[in-house]
Amino acid sequence: MSATTLTHDHLHDAHHEEHHDAKENALFGFWIYLMTDCILFASLFATYAVLRHNYADGPTGQEIFDLKYVFVETMFLLFSSFSNGFAMISMHKKDRFGTLKWLMLTALLGLGFVGMEVNEFAHLAMEGNGPDRSGFLSAFFGLVGTHGAHVSIGLIWMSVMMGQLYFKGITPAITSRILRLSLFWHFLDIIWIMVFTVVYLMGVL
Amino acid sequence: MFESALFGKLTLSAIPYTNPIIMSAVGGAALIGLLIIGWITQQGQWGYLWREWLTSVDHKRIGVMYIILAVVMMLRGFSDAIMMRIHQAYAEGLGQGFLPPEHYNQIFSAHGTIMIIFVAMPFFIGLMNYVVPLQIGARDVAYPFLNSVSFWLTAASAGLVMVSLAVGDFSQAGWSGYPPLSEMQYSPGSGVDYWMWSLQLGGIGTLLTGINFFVTIIKMRAPGMSYMKIPVFTWTILVTTVLIMLSFPVLTVTLFLLTLDRYLDMHFFTGGMGGNQMMFTNLFWVWGHPEVYIVILPAFGIYSEVVSTFSQKRLFGYASMVYASIAIAFLSFIVWLHHFFTMGAGADVNAFFGIATMIIAVPTGVKIFNWLFTMYRGRIQFTTPMLWSIGFIITFSIGGMTGVLLSVPGADFVLHNTEFLVAHFHNMLIPGALFGYFAGYSFWFPKMFGFRLDEKWGRRAFWSWLGGFYLAFMPLYALGFMGMPRRLVHYDNPIWQPYLLIALAGTVLISYGIFCQVAQLYVSIKNRAALRDTTGDIWNSHSLEWSVTSPPPFYNFAKVPYVESLDALSYKKEHGIPFRAEAPYSPIHMPRNSGVGVAIGAFTFVFGFAIVWHIWWLVIASTLAILVALVMRSNDEDVDYMLSAEEVARIEKNGAQASASAASGLSHHDMITQG
Repeated sequence: MSATTLTHDHLHDAHHEEHHDAKENALFGFWIYLMTDCILFASLFATYAVLRHNYADGPTGQEIFDLKYVFVETMFLLFSSFSNGFAMISMHKKDRFGTLKWLMLTALLGLGFVGMEVNEFAHLAMEGNGPDRSGFLSAFFGLVGTHGAHVSIGLIWMSVMMGQLYFKGITPAITSRILRLSLFWHFLDIIWIMVFTVVYLMGVL
Repeated sequence: MFESALFGKLTLSAIPYTNPIIMSAVGGAALIGLLIIGWITQQGQWGYLWREWLTSVDHKRIGVMYIILAVVMMLRGFSDAIMMRIHQAYAEGLGQGFLPPEHYNQIFSAHGTIMIIFVAMPFFIGLMNYVVPLQIGARDVAYPFLNSVSFWLTAASAGLVMVSLAVGDFSQAGWSGYPPLSEMQYSPGSGVDYWMWSLQLGGIGTLLTGINFFVTIIKMRAPGMSYMKIPVFTWTILVTTVLIMLSFPVLTVTLFLLTLDRYLDMHFFTGGMGGNQMMFTNLFWVWGHPEVYIVILPAFGIYSEVVSTFSQKRLFGYASMVYASIAIAFLSFIVWLHHFFTMGAGADVNAFFGIATMIIAVPTGVKIFNWLFTMYRGRIQFTTPMLWSIGFIITFSIGGMTGVLLSVPGADFVLHNTEFLVAHFHNMLIPGALFGYFAGYSFWFPKMFGFRLDEKWGRRAFWSWLGGFYLAFMPLYALGFMGMPRRLVHYDNPIWQPYLLIALAGTVLISYGIFCQVAQLYVSIKNRAALRDTTGDIWNSHSLEWSVTSPPPFYNFAKVPYVESLDALSYKKEHGIPFRAEAPYSPIHMPRNSGVGVAIGAFTFVFGFAIVWHIWWLVIASTLAILVALVMRSNDEDVDYMLSAEEVARIEKNGAQASASAASGLSHHDMITQG
C-alpha cells in the first residue's frame, strides 16, 4: 500500500481505496447483472403467459403437474438457500471448514433439486409429453429448464468456490466471490417462487 | 454414421464453389488477410501485437480494436449494399440483374445484420471505450478484463458472419428473421443458424459491455463530478448502457427460443402445434426498437461535443440535453409495435403506439434546437467533424419528419414494407448514427494517435457521403410512394427503373466517399509529422480527455483530477488551475494484460461454428474449454501490479517525447513496457 497522500485530501490512501472500490464495484455490477437476468426471466414468463393455453390437443397443466412432487423439489431449493445463509455466517466468522461444510450441504440440496427436475422432465418426455408436444409444453420446458440451467451453473460455480476455499482459505477475493454466488443463489430462489406460483399453482388451479 | 458424428451436417458441398461471385469475394478476403499476416510477419510484429494489443485490457487499446473491427465490417456491409443496388438497377422486365434470388436474399439479410450489429455497435462501443473513462477522469473501466472478453466475443461473432460466406450460406430471412420463414421447416440450411448464433454471441458481449460501462460511469467518476457535471457524451452513453441492459436480455431470450424451435423441434413460434409467431415479432422489437436508440444516442452525444467545441461556445441547454436523452430512452420502450401496425393489433393499440412514436419527436426536436442555438452566434469552425454534424442536423430532420409520417398507422398501412421505409430508416441510421461516428472518429483521432486527420480528404469524404446519401435514398422515398415493395429481386415496372439508377449513382458516390476516407487515413499517416498535435488539446475543447497528452499515458491520469464544474477543462483553463499532474506522484494500481479474453473469443468462435453445423463433440469441447479458461482466470492471483511513483514520474517527464514517437511505429505504451 502506498504511504504517500495525494494532493486532494479526499483521496487518502489511493491503493487501499482502489482495492476497496474494486470489491464494491464487483458487487454492484453483479447486482446489475442480476437485474438483466431478471429481464431475461421476465421475457420467458411473458412467453409462458402467452402460450400457456396452447395445448395443441396435448395435455394441460392440470394433467401433468404433480404438486406434491414439486413441493418437495421446492423445499430442496428453499433449504439450500437456508444452508447458504449459514455458509455466509461461517464465512464472516472466518471459519473455513464451517463454510465448506455448509456450502457442501447447499450444493447437495441444489443437486437434489436439479435431480428432481431432470427426473420430472424425463418422465414427461417418456410419456410423450416432451417440449415438442405443444406450445404450452415448449414454454414450460423453456422457462423451467432455463431456471434449472441457472441452478446447474450455480452448482458448477459453487464447486469451483469450494475448491478455492479449500486450497486458498478465506481471502478477500474469495469472500467477494462467495458473496456474489450467494446473491445469485438467493436470486434463483426468488425466481423459483415465481415459477412455482405462475407455472405449477396457477397451472393446477 | 461416423462422418456425421465427426462433422455433423458439414460436408464439402457446403462450400459454394460453383458461385463465382462468392468465391471471388472469399478469395479476395483471403488474399487481403494473407497480405496483412505476411506484412506483420515480415515486420516481426507478432509479439508486439499479441502483448500490446490483442491481450490488452486497456480501454483505449480495446476501443481502437473495436473501431478497426467496425471499419472492416463496414467494407463488407457496403459491398453488400452496392451489389444490391447494381442488381436492382438492372432487374426490370427482361433484365435479371446478376444475382440469383437465394444469393440476393442472403445479401440483404447480411447487409442489415452486419451494418447494425457489427458496424454501428462496435463503432460506438469503440469510441465510448476510448473516450468515456478519459472524460470522467478514470484510469480504466470497472472491469478491464471483462472488457477484453466483450470485445473478443464481438470479434468472434463477426468472424462467424464472415465464415458463413465461405462455408454454408447466410440467412435468407431478412435481418429480423421472422418466423415461420426462419423456422427449420422453411429454412433448413445453415443460414439462419449463422445469423442466430452470431447475433446471440455478439449480443452477450454487448450486454457485458453495457454492464461494464454503467458501473464505470456510476462508480468511477473523478471526485467532484456530480451527475449534472458529467460530460454530455458520457451522459448519452450512460443512458445507452441502461437501454442495453434492459433490452439485450430480451434479444437473448428471443434468439434462444428460436434456437429451441430449430434444434429441439419445439413450438414457440411455429405455425402449428400451439406456437405463436407474433410472440417473436413482439419480443424481437422490444429489443429492436431500443436498439435503434442504442446506436443513435451515442451519436447525439458526439454531435453535442463537436458542435459545442467548434462553435467555441458552451453547449446550449445541457440539462435539457440530458433530460431529452432520458425521455428518448423511456419512450423507446413503448413504441415497439409501430414496426408491425399492419398485423392486426386493433385500432386502439395502434393509436397508442402511434402517438407514443410521435411524442419521441419532441425530445429529439429539443436536441436539434439545442444544437442550432449552440451554433447561433458562435464562431463556427468548419472542420470535418463539424461538417458531419451540420450535415446530420439537416438530413436527420428530414428523416425524422418521414418517421412522424410513418407513425400514423393509416399512413403506415400504405407505406409499410415499401422502399419508403427503407429510405426512412437509412435516413435515420446513416446521417443519424454513422455520420456521428465519423464525426467522433475525426474529432478524437488526434487524441488517439497524436496527430490529426487530413482536412482536405476529410471534406471530400463528407461531401461525397452527403451527396451520395441524398442521391441514393431520396429516390427510394419516391419509389415507396409509387408502391415499390422492399427486398425485390425482380420487378416489372419500367417507371421504377430510373429512380433505381439514380440510387445506384448515389451508392457509387458513397463508394468514392469511402475511398476518400481510406485515402485520408493514408495521407494523414504519411504526413503525420506536419499534422502532429503536441498540446493534447488540439481543438481547444472542454472536457477532461483533452487535459492529458495525445495519446494519453496508459494509466490516463498520473493524478486523478478534481472536477469543479461542467466542462471541467474549460473551467480549469479559464481559472488558471493547472490541469497537468505535477510531482510528487503516487504509485498507480494497474491491471495486467491477459490472453484469456482472446482464448474465450477463439473458443466461442469454435463453439458458434460447431453448433451451426451440429458438430456436437466440438460444441461440448469448446464449452468445456471456455469453462476451464474462466476457472483458470479465477485462480490467477497475479492479475494486477503497482506502477511505482518513480516510473510514473519518468513517463510523465517523457510524455511529450513519447507521444512524438507514438506514430513512428513504436508506441508510447511499448516504450514504457520495454524501457
